[in-house]
Amino acid sequence: MAEFGDCADGDQMDDQAAIHVEDLHKRFGSMEVLKGVSLTARPGDVVAVIGGSGSGKSTMLRCINLLETPTSGRISIQGEAYDLRTTRSGDLEIADRQQVQRIRAHLGMVFQSFNLWPHRTVLGNVTEVPVHVLGVSREEADARAKAVLERVGLGDKLDAWPAQLSGGQQQRAAIARVLAVEPLAMLFDEPTSALDPELVGEVLSVIRALAEEKRTMILVTHEMAFARDVATHVVYLKDGRIEEQGPPEQIFGAPSSPHLQQFISSVT
Amino acid sequence: MTEGIDFSLLALDAPGWGGALLTGFLRSVELAVGGYALGIVIGIIGAIAKLYGGRVTRDLAEIYTIIIRAVPELVLMLLFYYVGTDLANRAMQAMGYAGFDVNGLTAGILVIGLVQGGYATEVLRGAIRAVPRGQIEAAHAFGMSPAKVLTRVTLPAMTPHAIPGMANLWMIATKDTALLAVIGFSELTLVTRQAASATREYFLFFISAGVLYLILTLVSNYGLRRFEKHARRGMDAAR
Ligand SMILES: Nc1ncnc2c1ncn2[C@@H]1O[C@H](COP(=O)(O)OP(=O)(O)OP(=O)(O)O)[C@@H](O)[C@H]1O
Ligand SMILES: [Mg+2]
Repeated sequence: MAEFGDCADGDQMDDQAAIHVEDLHKRFGSMEVLKGVSLTARPGDVVAVIGGSGSGKSTMLRCINLLETPTSGRISIQGEAYDLRTTRSGDLEIADRQQVQRIRAHLGMVFQSFNLWPHRTVLGNVTEVPVHVLGVSREEADARAKAVLERVGLGDKLDAWPAQLSGGQQQRAAIARVLAVEPLAMLFDEPTSALDPELVGEVLSVIRALAEEKRTMILVTHEMAFARDVATHVVYLKDGRIEEQGPPEQIFGAPSSPHLQQFISSVT
Repeated sequence: MTEGIDFSLLALDAPGWGGALLTGFLRSVELAVGGYALGIVIGIIGAIAKLYGGRVTRDLAEIYTIIIRAVPELVLMLLFYYVGTDLANRAMQAMGYAGFDVNGLTAGILVIGLVQGGYATEVLRGAIRAVPRGQIEAAHAFGMSPAKVLTRVTLPAMTPHAIPGMANLWMIATKDTALLAVIGFSELTLVTRQAASATREYFLFFISAGVLYLILTLVSNYGLRRFEKHARRGMDAAR
Protein backbone atom coordinates (compact mmCIF):
# COMPACT_ATOMS: atom_id res chain seq x y z
CA MET A 1 0.00 0.00 0.00
CA ALA A 2 1.17 3.53 -0.71
CA GLU A 3 2.66 5.95 1.76
CA PHE A 4 -0.43 8.06 1.25
CA GLY A 5 -1.24 6.28 4.39
CA ASP A 6 -3.24 8.69 6.52
CA CYS A 7 -6.37 6.84 5.54
CA ALA A 8 -5.08 3.32 5.77
CA ASP A 9 -5.53 2.07 9.28
CA GLY A 10 -6.81 5.14 11.02
CA ASP A 11 -7.18 4.25 14.66
CA GLN A 12 -6.58 7.92 15.25
CA MET A 13 -9.53 10.24 14.73
CA ASP A 14 -8.64 12.81 12.14
CA ASP A 15 -10.06 16.13 13.28
CA GLN A 16 -9.03 17.77 10.06
CA ALA A 17 -11.09 15.38 8.00
CA ALA A 18 -14.28 16.43 6.25
CA ILE A 19 -15.20 12.78 6.01
CA HIS A 20 -13.64 10.04 8.05
CA VAL A 21 -14.64 6.41 7.74
CA GLU A 22 -13.12 3.82 10.00
CA ASP A 23 -13.30 0.06 9.69
CA LEU A 24 -16.66 0.13 7.95
CA HIS A 25 -18.47 -3.18 7.62
CA LYS A 26 -21.80 -3.69 5.95
CA ARG A 27 -23.67 -6.88 5.41
CA PHE A 28 -26.96 -7.51 3.65
CA GLY A 29 -28.32 -10.66 5.21
CA SER A 30 -25.51 -13.14 5.07
CA MET A 31 -23.60 -11.31 2.36
CA GLU A 32 -20.82 -9.10 3.61
CA VAL A 33 -20.52 -6.27 1.12
CA LEU A 34 -18.02 -4.07 2.97
CA LYS A 35 -15.31 -5.82 4.92
CA GLY A 36 -13.54 -3.11 6.83
CA VAL A 37 -13.14 0.03 4.77
CA SER A 38 -11.31 3.07 6.11
CA LEU A 39 -11.17 6.30 4.23
CA THR A 40 -10.44 9.94 4.86
CA ALA A 41 -11.31 13.00 2.81
CA ARG A 42 -9.69 16.20 3.97
CA PRO A 43 -11.17 19.54 2.98
CA GLY A 44 -10.46 20.07 -0.70
CA ASP A 45 -9.80 16.42 -1.42
CA VAL A 46 -11.34 14.83 -4.45
CA VAL A 47 -11.45 11.14 -3.66
CA ALA A 48 -12.29 8.97 -6.64
CA VAL A 49 -13.61 5.52 -5.84
CA ILE A 50 -13.19 2.92 -8.55
CA GLY A 51 -13.81 -0.79 -8.69
CA GLY A 52 -15.79 -3.46 -10.42
CA SER A 53 -19.53 -3.84 -10.35
CA GLY A 54 -20.71 -5.15 -6.99
CA SER A 55 -17.47 -4.25 -5.22
CA GLY A 56 -19.40 -2.09 -2.73
CA LYS A 57 -18.76 1.43 -4.02
CA SER A 58 -22.36 2.62 -3.80
CA THR A 59 -22.85 0.93 -0.47
CA MET A 60 -19.81 2.70 0.95
CA LEU A 61 -21.00 6.06 -0.34
CA ARG A 62 -24.49 5.46 1.02
CA CYS A 63 -23.08 4.62 4.43
CA ILE A 64 -21.44 8.04 4.57
CA ASN A 65 -24.82 9.76 4.75
CA LEU A 66 -26.43 6.76 6.45
CA LEU A 67 -28.77 5.91 3.60
CA GLU A 68 -27.41 2.52 4.58
CA THR A 69 -26.68 1.86 8.22
CA PRO A 70 -23.30 0.20 8.69
CA THR A 71 -23.13 -3.15 10.40
CA SER A 72 -20.13 -1.89 12.30
CA GLY A 73 -17.57 0.86 12.07
CA ARG A 74 -17.36 4.54 12.70
CA ILE A 75 -18.13 7.46 10.44
CA SER A 76 -17.55 11.08 11.26
CA ILE A 77 -18.25 14.21 9.32
CA GLN A 78 -16.04 17.17 10.16
CA GLY A 79 -15.00 15.58 13.39
CA GLU A 80 -18.52 14.69 14.50
CA ALA A 81 -19.19 10.95 14.66
CA TYR A 82 -22.65 9.63 13.92
CA ASP A 83 -24.35 8.54 17.07
CA LEU A 84 -25.02 4.87 16.40
CA ARG A 85 -26.01 2.23 18.89
CA THR A 86 -25.86 -1.53 18.82
CA THR A 87 -29.12 -3.40 18.53
CA ARG A 88 -29.83 -6.67 20.24
CA SER A 89 -29.02 -8.55 17.06
CA GLY A 90 -25.60 -6.91 17.04
CA ASP A 91 -26.16 -4.48 14.15
CA LEU A 92 -25.94 -0.75 14.38
CA GLU A 93 -28.89 1.59 14.25
CA ILE A 94 -29.33 5.33 14.29
CA ALA A 95 -29.47 6.60 17.87
CA ASP A 96 -30.04 10.27 17.17
CA ARG A 97 -32.18 10.93 14.11
CA GLN A 98 -31.96 14.70 14.51
CA GLN A 99 -28.18 14.56 14.39
CA VAL A 100 -28.29 12.48 11.24
CA GLN A 101 -30.67 14.93 9.60
CA ARG A 102 -28.50 17.87 10.60
CA ILE A 103 -25.36 16.26 9.18
CA ARG A 104 -27.08 15.05 6.02
CA ALA A 105 -28.25 18.56 5.24
CA HIS A 106 -24.58 19.46 4.74
CA LEU A 107 -23.67 16.47 2.61
CA GLY A 108 -25.00 16.78 -0.88
CA MET A 109 -25.54 13.61 -2.82
CA VAL A 110 -25.72 13.31 -6.58
CA PHE A 111 -27.34 10.09 -7.76
CA GLN A 112 -26.83 8.05 -10.87
CA SER A 113 -30.51 8.48 -11.76
CA PHE A 114 -30.67 12.22 -10.83
CA ASN A 115 -33.70 11.78 -8.56
CA LEU A 116 -35.03 15.27 -9.09
CA TRP A 117 -38.50 15.81 -7.64
CA PRO A 118 -40.80 15.71 -10.67
CA HIS A 119 -43.56 17.77 -9.08
CA ARG A 120 -41.31 20.79 -8.65
CA THR A 121 -39.75 23.02 -11.25
CA VAL A 122 -35.99 23.21 -11.62
CA LEU A 123 -35.97 26.27 -9.38
CA GLY A 124 -38.28 24.54 -6.91
CA ASN A 125 -35.97 21.54 -6.75
CA VAL A 126 -33.01 23.74 -5.96
CA THR A 127 -34.74 25.90 -3.34
CA GLU A 128 -36.50 22.99 -1.64
CA VAL A 129 -33.79 22.03 0.83
CA PRO A 130 -32.59 25.55 1.66
CA VAL A 131 -36.15 26.69 2.38
CA HIS A 132 -37.62 23.60 3.98
CA VAL A 133 -34.64 22.07 5.74
CA LEU A 134 -32.15 24.87 6.33
CA GLY A 135 -34.71 27.58 7.00
CA VAL A 136 -33.32 30.06 4.45
CA SER A 137 -35.77 32.76 3.41
CA ARG A 138 -37.55 32.32 0.10
CA GLU A 139 -35.89 35.42 -1.42
CA GLU A 140 -32.42 34.37 -0.42
CA ALA A 141 -33.01 30.80 -1.56
CA ASP A 142 -34.27 32.01 -4.93
CA ALA A 143 -31.25 34.24 -5.39
CA ARG A 144 -28.86 31.47 -4.40
CA ALA A 145 -30.64 28.96 -6.63
CA LYS A 146 -30.47 31.26 -9.63
CA ALA A 147 -26.77 31.72 -9.05
CA VAL A 148 -25.99 28.00 -8.83
CA LEU A 149 -28.24 27.17 -11.79
CA GLU A 150 -26.40 29.83 -13.76
CA ARG A 151 -23.16 28.12 -12.78
CA VAL A 152 -24.24 24.76 -14.15
CA GLY A 153 -25.54 26.38 -17.32
CA LEU A 154 -29.25 26.17 -16.55
CA GLY A 155 -29.92 29.85 -15.96
CA ASP A 156 -32.61 29.72 -18.65
CA LYS A 157 -34.37 26.66 -17.25
CA LEU A 158 -35.60 27.94 -13.89
CA ASP A 159 -39.25 27.33 -14.64
CA ALA A 160 -38.82 24.11 -16.60
CA TRP A 161 -40.03 20.81 -15.20
CA PRO A 162 -37.50 18.02 -14.75
CA ALA A 163 -39.38 15.98 -17.36
CA GLN A 164 -38.63 18.66 -19.92
CA LEU A 165 -34.87 18.38 -19.48
CA SER A 166 -32.35 16.07 -21.10
CA GLY A 167 -30.50 13.66 -18.84
CA GLY A 168 -27.45 15.88 -18.81
CA GLN A 169 -29.52 18.89 -17.86
CA GLN A 170 -31.27 16.93 -15.14
CA GLN A 171 -27.99 15.85 -13.66
CA ARG A 172 -26.67 19.42 -13.77
CA ALA A 173 -29.86 20.53 -12.00
CA ALA A 174 -29.23 17.83 -9.41
CA ILE A 175 -25.71 19.17 -8.92
CA ALA A 176 -27.15 22.67 -8.52
CA ARG A 177 -29.53 21.28 -5.90
CA VAL A 178 -26.50 20.11 -3.96
CA LEU A 179 -24.56 23.35 -4.43
CA ALA A 180 -27.50 25.31 -3.06
CA VAL A 181 -27.03 23.77 0.38
CA GLU A 182 -23.38 24.89 0.40
CA PRO A 183 -22.31 21.37 1.28
CA LEU A 184 -19.19 20.69 3.24
CA ALA A 185 -18.69 17.63 1.08
CA MET A 186 -20.35 16.24 -2.02
CA LEU A 187 -21.03 12.59 -2.71
CA PHE A 188 -21.32 11.48 -6.34
CA ASP A 189 -22.51 7.99 -7.21
CA GLU A 190 -21.66 7.38 -10.86
CA PRO A 191 -23.15 10.69 -11.94
CA THR A 192 -22.71 10.03 -15.65
CA SER A 193 -23.52 6.32 -15.89
CA ALA A 194 -27.16 6.84 -16.82
CA LEU A 195 -26.39 9.39 -19.51
CA ASP A 196 -26.22 9.04 -23.26
CA PRO A 197 -22.56 9.28 -24.28
CA GLU A 198 -22.97 12.68 -25.89
CA LEU A 199 -24.28 14.14 -22.60
CA VAL A 200 -21.49 12.87 -20.36
CA GLY A 201 -19.12 15.70 -21.18
CA GLU A 202 -21.36 18.55 -20.03
CA VAL A 203 -21.80 16.93 -16.61
CA LEU A 204 -18.14 16.05 -16.20
CA SER A 205 -17.10 19.59 -17.00
CA VAL A 206 -19.36 20.90 -14.23
CA ILE A 207 -17.84 18.41 -11.78
CA ARG A 208 -14.36 19.30 -12.97
CA ALA A 209 -14.99 22.97 -12.28
CA LEU A 210 -16.15 22.10 -8.75
CA ALA A 211 -13.05 19.98 -8.18
CA GLU A 212 -10.86 22.82 -9.37
CA GLU A 213 -12.29 25.15 -6.78
CA LYS A 214 -11.25 22.61 -4.18
CA ARG A 215 -14.61 21.36 -3.06
CA THR A 216 -14.43 18.24 -1.00
CA MET A 217 -15.93 15.34 -2.83
CA ILE A 218 -16.11 11.60 -2.99
CA LEU A 219 -16.73 10.50 -6.52
CA VAL A 220 -17.68 6.97 -7.44
CA THR A 221 -17.04 6.70 -11.15
CA HIS A 222 -16.32 4.45 -14.07
CA GLU A 223 -14.78 7.36 -15.98
CA MET A 224 -11.15 6.46 -15.44
CA ALA A 225 -9.64 9.25 -17.51
CA PHE A 226 -11.73 11.75 -15.61
CA ALA A 227 -10.79 10.26 -12.24
CA ARG A 228 -7.13 10.43 -13.15
CA ASP A 229 -7.57 14.05 -14.13
CA VAL A 230 -9.49 15.51 -11.23
CA ALA A 231 -8.86 13.23 -8.26
CA THR A 232 -6.39 14.06 -5.55
CA HIS A 233 -6.67 10.52 -4.27
CA VAL A 234 -7.94 7.30 -5.79
CA VAL A 235 -9.35 4.34 -3.92
CA TYR A 236 -9.71 0.95 -5.57
CA LEU A 237 -12.40 -1.21 -3.99
CA LYS A 238 -12.37 -4.93 -4.60
CA ASP A 239 -14.88 -7.28 -2.98
CA GLY A 240 -15.64 -4.92 -0.14
CA ARG A 241 -12.04 -4.04 0.71
CA ILE A 242 -9.75 -1.23 -0.33
CA GLU A 243 -7.19 -3.17 -2.26
CA GLU A 244 -5.10 -0.20 -3.24
CA GLN A 245 -5.19 3.54 -2.88
CA GLY A 246 -2.99 6.48 -3.62
CA PRO A 247 -2.49 9.49 -5.85
CA PRO A 248 -3.91 9.06 -9.35
CA GLU A 249 -0.50 8.93 -11.04
CA GLN A 250 0.36 5.92 -8.95
CA ILE A 251 -2.99 4.12 -9.20
CA PHE A 252 -3.27 4.55 -12.94
CA GLY A 253 0.42 4.79 -13.80
CA ALA A 254 1.94 2.11 -11.62
CA PRO A 255 -0.71 -0.04 -10.01
CA SER A 256 0.81 -2.73 -7.83
CA SER A 257 -2.14 -5.02 -7.24
CA PRO A 258 -2.68 -7.50 -10.08
CA HIS A 259 -6.45 -7.06 -9.72
CA LEU A 260 -6.12 -3.33 -10.14
CA GLN A 261 -3.82 -3.76 -13.13
CA GLN A 262 -6.37 -6.02 -14.69
CA PHE A 263 -9.26 -3.72 -13.80
CA ILE A 264 -7.58 -0.69 -15.32
CA SER A 265 -6.66 -2.47 -18.52
CA SER A 266 -10.21 -3.80 -18.81
CA VAL A 267 -11.88 -0.39 -18.55
CA THR A 268 -9.45 1.80 -20.45
CA MET B 1 -99.69 8.64 -10.84
CA THR B 2 -102.25 11.16 -12.01
CA GLU B 3 -102.36 12.38 -15.59
CA GLY B 4 -99.37 14.71 -16.17
CA ILE B 5 -96.68 15.67 -13.73
CA ASP B 6 -97.32 18.39 -11.21
CA PHE B 7 -94.02 20.30 -11.17
CA SER B 8 -95.32 22.66 -8.52
CA LEU B 9 -94.54 19.88 -6.09
CA LEU B 10 -90.90 20.88 -6.61
CA ALA B 11 -91.53 24.42 -5.34
CA LEU B 12 -89.05 25.45 -2.69
CA ASP B 13 -91.66 26.30 -0.06
CA ALA B 14 -94.27 23.99 1.41
CA PRO B 15 -96.42 22.40 0.16
CA GLY B 16 -93.66 22.03 -2.49
CA TRP B 17 -90.86 19.64 -1.61
CA GLY B 18 -88.04 21.44 -3.46
CA GLY B 19 -86.59 23.02 -0.35
CA ALA B 20 -86.57 19.72 1.52
CA LEU B 21 -84.90 18.00 -1.43
CA LEU B 22 -82.19 20.65 -1.61
CA THR B 23 -81.59 20.44 2.12
CA GLY B 24 -81.31 16.67 1.81
CA PHE B 25 -78.95 17.15 -1.11
CA LEU B 26 -76.72 19.50 0.89
CA ARG B 27 -76.74 16.96 3.69
CA SER B 28 -75.62 14.29 1.24
CA VAL B 29 -72.82 16.54 -0.03
CA GLU B 30 -71.71 17.26 3.53
CA LEU B 31 -71.65 13.56 4.35
CA ALA B 32 -69.77 12.74 1.16
CA VAL B 33 -67.19 15.50 1.58
CA GLY B 34 -66.65 14.76 5.26
CA GLY B 35 -66.52 11.00 4.80
CA TYR B 36 -64.21 11.32 1.81
CA ALA B 37 -61.84 13.64 3.64
CA LEU B 38 -61.76 11.30 6.63
CA GLY B 39 -61.21 8.40 4.23
CA ILE B 40 -58.17 10.17 2.75
CA VAL B 41 -56.70 10.73 6.21
CA ILE B 42 -57.29 7.11 7.18
CA GLY B 43 -55.98 6.02 3.79
CA ILE B 44 -52.71 7.94 4.20
CA ILE B 45 -52.22 6.47 7.66
CA GLY B 46 -53.16 3.00 6.44
CA ALA B 47 -50.87 3.19 3.42
CA ILE B 48 -47.95 4.35 5.55
CA ALA B 49 -48.68 1.62 8.08
CA LYS B 50 -48.66 -0.98 5.34
CA LEU B 51 -45.56 0.30 3.58
CA TYR B 52 -43.36 1.43 6.44
CA GLY B 53 -44.92 -0.05 9.56
CA GLY B 54 -43.63 -2.78 11.80
CA ARG B 55 -45.18 -6.22 11.81
CA VAL B 56 -48.06 -5.43 14.15
CA THR B 57 -48.96 -2.18 12.44
CA ARG B 58 -48.86 -3.86 9.05
CA ASP B 59 -51.06 -6.70 10.20
CA LEU B 60 -53.61 -4.34 11.75
CA ALA B 61 -53.82 -2.33 8.55
CA GLU B 62 -54.16 -5.53 6.56
CA ILE B 63 -57.02 -6.81 8.72
CA TYR B 64 -58.78 -3.47 8.44
CA THR B 65 -58.62 -3.36 4.65
CA ILE B 66 -59.61 -7.00 4.29
CA ILE B 67 -62.71 -6.51 6.42
CA ILE B 68 -63.71 -3.29 4.72
CA ARG B 69 -63.40 -4.79 1.30
CA ALA B 70 -64.97 -8.14 2.10
CA VAL B 71 -68.13 -7.03 3.92
CA PRO B 72 -70.98 -5.26 2.07
CA GLU B 73 -70.91 -1.56 2.68
CA LEU B 74 -74.45 -1.46 4.00
CA VAL B 75 -73.62 -4.07 6.62
CA LEU B 76 -70.49 -2.16 7.60
CA MET B 77 -72.43 1.04 7.93
CA LEU B 78 -75.08 -0.53 10.08
CA LEU B 79 -72.38 -2.16 12.15
CA PHE B 80 -70.31 0.98 12.59
CA TYR B 81 -73.34 3.07 13.26
CA TYR B 82 -75.07 0.95 15.86
CA VAL B 83 -71.99 -0.49 17.50
CA GLY B 84 -70.17 2.81 17.23
CA THR B 85 -72.87 4.97 18.74
CA ASP B 86 -73.46 2.36 21.42
CA LEU B 87 -69.78 2.33 22.37
CA ALA B 88 -69.59 6.11 22.25
CA ASN B 89 -72.61 6.47 24.48
CA ARG B 90 -71.28 3.97 26.98
CA ALA B 91 -67.89 5.63 27.01
CA MET B 92 -69.46 9.02 27.55
CA GLN B 93 -71.64 7.69 30.34
CA ALA B 94 -68.65 6.07 31.98
CA MET B 95 -66.95 9.45 31.93
CA GLY B 96 -69.99 10.99 33.52
CA TYR B 97 -71.71 12.65 30.57
CA ALA B 98 -75.26 11.36 30.83
CA GLY B 99 -77.67 11.44 27.93
CA PHE B 100 -74.97 11.91 25.35
CA ASP B 101 -76.13 11.84 21.78
CA VAL B 102 -73.80 11.44 18.84
CA ASN B 103 -74.44 14.16 16.32
CA GLY B 104 -76.04 12.57 13.26
CA LEU B 105 -73.77 14.26 10.78
CA THR B 106 -70.65 13.30 12.69
CA ALA B 107 -71.77 9.69 12.95
CA GLY B 108 -72.56 9.58 9.24
CA ILE B 109 -69.19 11.04 8.32
CA LEU B 110 -67.41 8.57 10.57
CA VAL B 111 -69.28 5.65 9.06
CA ILE B 112 -68.57 6.67 5.46
CA GLY B 113 -64.99 7.65 6.32
CA LEU B 114 -64.23 4.26 7.87
CA VAL B 115 -65.46 2.47 4.76
CA GLN B 116 -63.70 4.87 2.39
CA GLY B 117 -60.50 4.58 4.40
CA GLY B 118 -60.20 0.90 3.62
CA TYR B 119 -60.30 1.47 -0.11
CA ALA B 120 -58.21 4.65 0.08
CA THR B 121 -55.49 2.72 1.92
CA GLU B 122 -55.09 0.44 -1.08
CA VAL B 123 -55.26 3.22 -3.67
CA LEU B 124 -52.70 5.36 -1.84
CA ARG B 125 -50.41 2.44 -1.09
CA GLY B 126 -50.26 1.64 -4.78
CA ALA B 127 -49.68 5.29 -5.64
CA ILE B 128 -46.84 5.67 -3.13
CA ARG B 129 -45.22 2.54 -4.50
CA ALA B 130 -45.37 4.05 -7.95
CA VAL B 131 -43.06 6.88 -6.82
CA PRO B 132 -39.50 5.98 -7.76
CA ARG B 133 -37.63 5.12 -4.56
CA GLY B 134 -34.78 7.40 -5.46
CA GLN B 135 -36.92 10.53 -5.20
CA ILE B 136 -37.82 9.71 -1.62
CA GLU B 137 -34.27 8.65 -0.91
CA ALA B 138 -32.98 11.97 -2.22
CA ALA B 139 -35.23 13.77 0.26
CA HIS B 140 -33.78 11.73 3.12
CA ALA B 141 -30.26 12.28 1.84
CA PHE B 142 -30.78 16.05 2.11
CA GLY B 143 -31.71 15.79 5.77
CA MET B 144 -35.47 16.16 5.53
CA SER B 145 -37.37 14.94 8.57
CA PRO B 146 -39.69 11.99 7.92
CA ALA B 147 -42.69 14.31 8.20
CA LYS B 148 -41.20 16.70 5.64
CA VAL B 149 -40.34 13.84 3.32
CA LEU B 150 -43.97 12.81 3.46
CA THR B 151 -45.56 16.20 2.94
CA ARG B 152 -42.99 17.72 0.58
CA VAL B 153 -42.08 14.72 -1.55
CA THR B 154 -43.96 11.46 -1.08
CA LEU B 155 -47.51 12.81 -1.04
CA PRO B 156 -47.18 15.32 -3.88
CA ALA B 157 -45.20 12.85 -5.98
CA MET B 158 -47.76 10.10 -5.51
CA THR B 159 -50.80 12.33 -6.12
CA PRO B 160 -50.85 11.95 -9.91
CA HIS B 161 -50.81 8.18 -9.48
CA ALA B 162 -53.57 8.31 -6.87
CA ILE B 163 -56.02 10.54 -8.71
CA PRO B 164 -57.78 8.00 -10.93
CA GLY B 165 -58.47 5.66 -8.02
CA MET B 166 -59.32 8.46 -5.63
CA ALA B 167 -61.70 10.01 -8.16
CA ASN B 168 -63.47 6.70 -8.30
CA LEU B 169 -63.71 6.65 -4.52
CA TRP B 170 -65.27 10.10 -4.54
CA MET B 171 -68.00 8.85 -6.84
CA ILE B 172 -68.58 5.95 -4.50
CA ALA B 173 -68.66 8.29 -1.49
CA THR B 174 -71.40 10.41 -3.03
CA LYS B 175 -73.47 7.33 -3.65
CA ASP B 176 -72.70 5.72 -0.31
CA THR B 177 -74.48 8.60 1.36
CA ALA B 178 -77.71 7.12 0.04
CA LEU B 179 -77.12 3.98 2.08
CA LEU B 180 -77.37 6.10 5.20
CA ALA B 181 -81.07 6.51 4.44
CA VAL B 182 -81.46 3.04 5.92
CA ILE B 183 -80.18 4.32 9.25
CA GLY B 184 -82.53 7.27 9.02
CA PHE B 185 -80.31 10.16 7.97
CA SER B 186 -82.40 12.71 6.20
CA GLU B 187 -80.10 12.93 3.25
CA LEU B 188 -81.30 13.18 -0.33
CA THR B 189 -82.52 9.62 -0.80
CA LEU B 190 -84.54 9.51 2.41
CA VAL B 191 -86.13 12.89 1.77
CA THR B 192 -86.93 11.80 -1.76
CA ARG B 193 -88.66 8.70 -0.52
CA GLN B 194 -90.66 10.71 2.00
CA ALA B 195 -91.70 13.21 -0.66
CA ALA B 196 -92.58 10.47 -3.11
CA SER B 197 -94.72 8.49 -0.74
CA ALA B 198 -96.45 11.58 0.65
CA THR B 199 -97.42 12.78 -2.81
CA ARG B 200 -97.42 9.45 -4.66
CA GLU B 201 -95.33 11.19 -7.34
CA TYR B 202 -92.58 8.55 -7.39
CA PHE B 203 -91.42 9.27 -10.89
CA LEU B 204 -91.08 13.02 -10.38
CA PHE B 205 -89.14 12.80 -7.14
CA PHE B 206 -86.83 9.93 -7.97
CA ILE B 207 -85.98 11.52 -11.31
CA SER B 208 -85.30 14.80 -9.49
CA ALA B 209 -83.02 13.04 -7.03
CA GLY B 210 -81.26 11.29 -9.91
CA VAL B 211 -80.68 14.64 -11.59
CA LEU B 212 -79.22 16.10 -8.41
CA TYR B 213 -76.81 13.16 -8.03
CA LEU B 214 -75.90 13.53 -11.69
CA ILE B 215 -75.19 17.23 -11.32
CA LEU B 216 -72.96 16.50 -8.33
CA THR B 217 -71.06 13.93 -10.36
CA LEU B 218 -70.64 16.17 -13.38
CA VAL B 219 -69.45 19.12 -11.31
CA SER B 220 -67.01 17.03 -9.32
CA ASN B 221 -65.74 15.32 -12.47
CA TYR B 222 -64.89 18.73 -13.81
CA GLY B 223 -63.16 19.70 -10.57
CA LEU B 224 -61.24 16.45 -10.41
CA ARG B 225 -60.04 16.81 -13.97
CA ARG B 226 -58.71 20.28 -13.21
CA PHE B 227 -57.00 19.00 -10.09
CA GLU B 228 -55.47 16.11 -12.00
CA LYS B 229 -54.12 18.49 -14.59
CA HIS B 230 -52.60 20.58 -11.83
CA ALA B 231 -51.08 17.59 -10.04
CA ARG B 232 -49.68 16.16 -13.26
CA ARG B 233 -48.29 19.42 -14.59
CA GLY B 234 -44.71 18.28 -14.01
CA MET B 235 -45.32 14.92 -15.66
CA ASP B 236 -47.31 16.16 -18.62
CA ALA B 237 -44.78 18.81 -19.51
CA ALA B 238 -43.68 17.94 -23.02
CA ARG B 239 -40.08 17.04 -23.45
N1 LIG C 1 -30.18 -3.12 -0.31
C1 LIG C 1 -29.46 -4.22 -0.65
N2 LIG C 1 -29.87 -5.45 -0.28
C2 LIG C 1 -29.16 -6.55 -0.60
N3 LIG C 1 -28.02 -6.52 -1.30
C3 LIG C 1 -27.55 -5.33 -1.70
C4 LIG C 1 -28.25 -4.12 -1.40
N4 LIG C 1 -27.55 -3.08 -1.92
C5 LIG C 1 -26.48 -3.64 -2.52
N5 LIG C 1 -26.46 -4.99 -2.38
C6 LIG C 1 -25.43 -5.89 -2.88
O1 LIG C 1 -24.19 -5.47 -2.40
C7 LIG C 1 -23.17 -5.61 -3.35
C8 LIG C 1 -22.46 -4.31 -3.56
O2 LIG C 1 -23.37 -3.41 -4.15
P1 LIG C 1 -22.99 -1.94 -4.53
O3 LIG C 1 -24.21 -1.31 -5.13
O4 LIG C 1 -22.38 -1.24 -3.38
O5 LIG C 1 -21.89 -2.18 -5.64
P2 LIG C 1 -21.21 -1.12 -6.61
O6 LIG C 1 -19.74 -1.25 -6.40
O7 LIG C 1 -21.80 0.21 -6.42
O8 LIG C 1 -21.59 -1.70 -8.03
P3 LIG C 1 -21.99 -0.95 -9.39
O9 LIG C 1 -20.70 -0.54 -10.03
O10 LIG C 1 -22.69 -2.00 -10.18
O11 LIG C 1 -22.85 0.19 -9.03
C9 LIG C 1 -23.85 -6.15 -4.59
O12 LIG C 1 -23.64 -7.54 -4.65
C10 LIG C 1 -25.30 -5.83 -4.39
O13 LIG C 1 -26.10 -6.81 -4.99
MG1 LIG D 1 -23.07 1.44 -7.57
